[in-house]
Amino acid sequence: MAEKPKLAIYWAASCGGCEIAFVNLHERFLDAAAAFDLVFCPCLLDTKRREVEALPDGSIAVTLFNGAIRTEENAEMARLLRKKSRLLIAFGSCAHEGCIPGLANLSGTDQLLRTVFLDNPTLDNPQAILPAAISPVPEGELTLPPLLDRVRTLAQVARVDYAVPGCPPEPERIWEVVETLARGGELPPPGSVIGAGTLSVCDDCARKKGDKRVERIYRTFEKCPEPETCLLEQGFICMGIATRSGCGAPCPDANMPCTGCYGPPEGVADQGAAMASALGSILDPGDCRGLNEEEIAQRVASLVDALPDYAGTFYKYSLAGSILGGRVRR
Amino acid sequence: MKNVEVAIEQGGAAAAETFQPRIVGFLCTWCSYAGADQAGSCQLEYPANVSIVRVMCTGRIDPEFVLKAFRAGADGVLVLACHPGDCHYKEGNLRAAQRHAVLVRLLEQMGIERERCRFDYVSAGEGEKYAQVISEVVSSVAALGPLSINS
Repeated sequence: MAEKPKLAIYWAASCGGCEIAFVNLHERFLDAAAAFDLVFCPCLLDTKRREVEALPDGSIAVTLFNGAIRTEENAEMARLLRKKSRLLIAFGSCAHEGCIPGLANLSGTDQLLRTVFLDNPTLDNPQAILPAAISPVPEGELTLPPLLDRVRTLAQVARVDYAVPGCPPEPERIWEVVETLARGGELPPPGSVIGAGTLSVCDDCARKKGDKRVERIYRTFEKCPEPETCLLEQGFICMGIATRSGCGAPCPDANMPCTGCYGPPEGVADQGAAMASALGSILDPGDCRGLNEEEIAQRVASLVDALPDYAGTFYKYSLAGSILGGRVRR
Repeated sequence: MKNVEVAIEQGGAAAAETFQPRIVGFLCTWCSYAGADQAGSCQLEYPANVSIVRVMCTGRIDPEFVLKAFRAGADGVLVLACHPGDCHYKEGNLRAAQRHAVLVRLLEQMGIERERCRFDYVSAGEGEKYAQVISEVVSSVAALGPLSINS
């Protein structure tokens, strides 16, 4: 029997949801296991880094790499798996665009450590101990991988062949990718997004869409959405208009605005800019005839001030991969 | 110690004087670009720090253009539109005003001051106002100092 191609699934700064999504292939997980030899997956198997290091370069057919690059260890593992794999796939929103860990790029590392380990009301840390790269203890030295100065996407530290978006990717889309890889099917040019569409979530969404004129922004706790009309038209910040299709729009289908986990659509470099553009086009400040420029600016300000956190809303999943990448440091 | 502080302050002031900000200006072809032309034909004096990108309408300016300008090294961005009611395409300038309002809130969270991204209205006949807006934006961005976006 010919040797099966090797598959690795690795997690860097991630929550484990991408592995759960993979296991949510249910019975088809067995088909995946029949087609591939799963050689490395710390979440599901007792496999060690040294075993990967011992493999010849390029001997892993495919690595599905999930999680953002938060620590030096994450970056090291990304480079190691790049070297050992013929295809390195950024799997899920964290590896693709930074996702929730990437929101840390709105703060500096010092501020981050202070918030998590010192200034948190639920903490008891009287000696103000912070995690350090090296900590002396009676038994010797304990080491931890240092934090990088900011969260990176996988493609910012290693050459990536493809990206599969989503937080997490939908199992149906994962299966399409795994099935294509298993039968050696044709893949798009390197650098492409696979396991998703090219349009926006609106293309997947079954809600009725009409003329978009938003007279007021509503946050989700402020009113109950009407179940059939476009959520954006109802004034909710639904990110679907600036988000790649492919998920099948389960969130708007469940009366919840899209929060943008599939990242920007094809041809869009920055999801936040795309959403700012969309929202700027559909806000309706009413009849402005006879108003001076100052009065118009005030009306616009009162409309847009209804949303307190633009960066967190528009870049919830894509800050690390965005044009600015995070807060500008001085 | 006092002397050191004074020296730093003077050094900073000297640096602010010599710092020449790079500013990208997106100008609507129908009003503001014509306004810039008028400033030129009237031989008005204004700083030469603004590189102009002429667009058909400020409604065409995707916020991505502004982010790309900052990313490419601009210290400031200026968007000049037709006055309300004067837009060649009816309300492209209002779209631009709204996008700008959203974008500056986003930029502030990213640590880019609101003054670095200015929106204003200049008509084809307002060469004087054009020169004044350019002078104002150059001095306010120069006071903020250079912007460097590290990756």
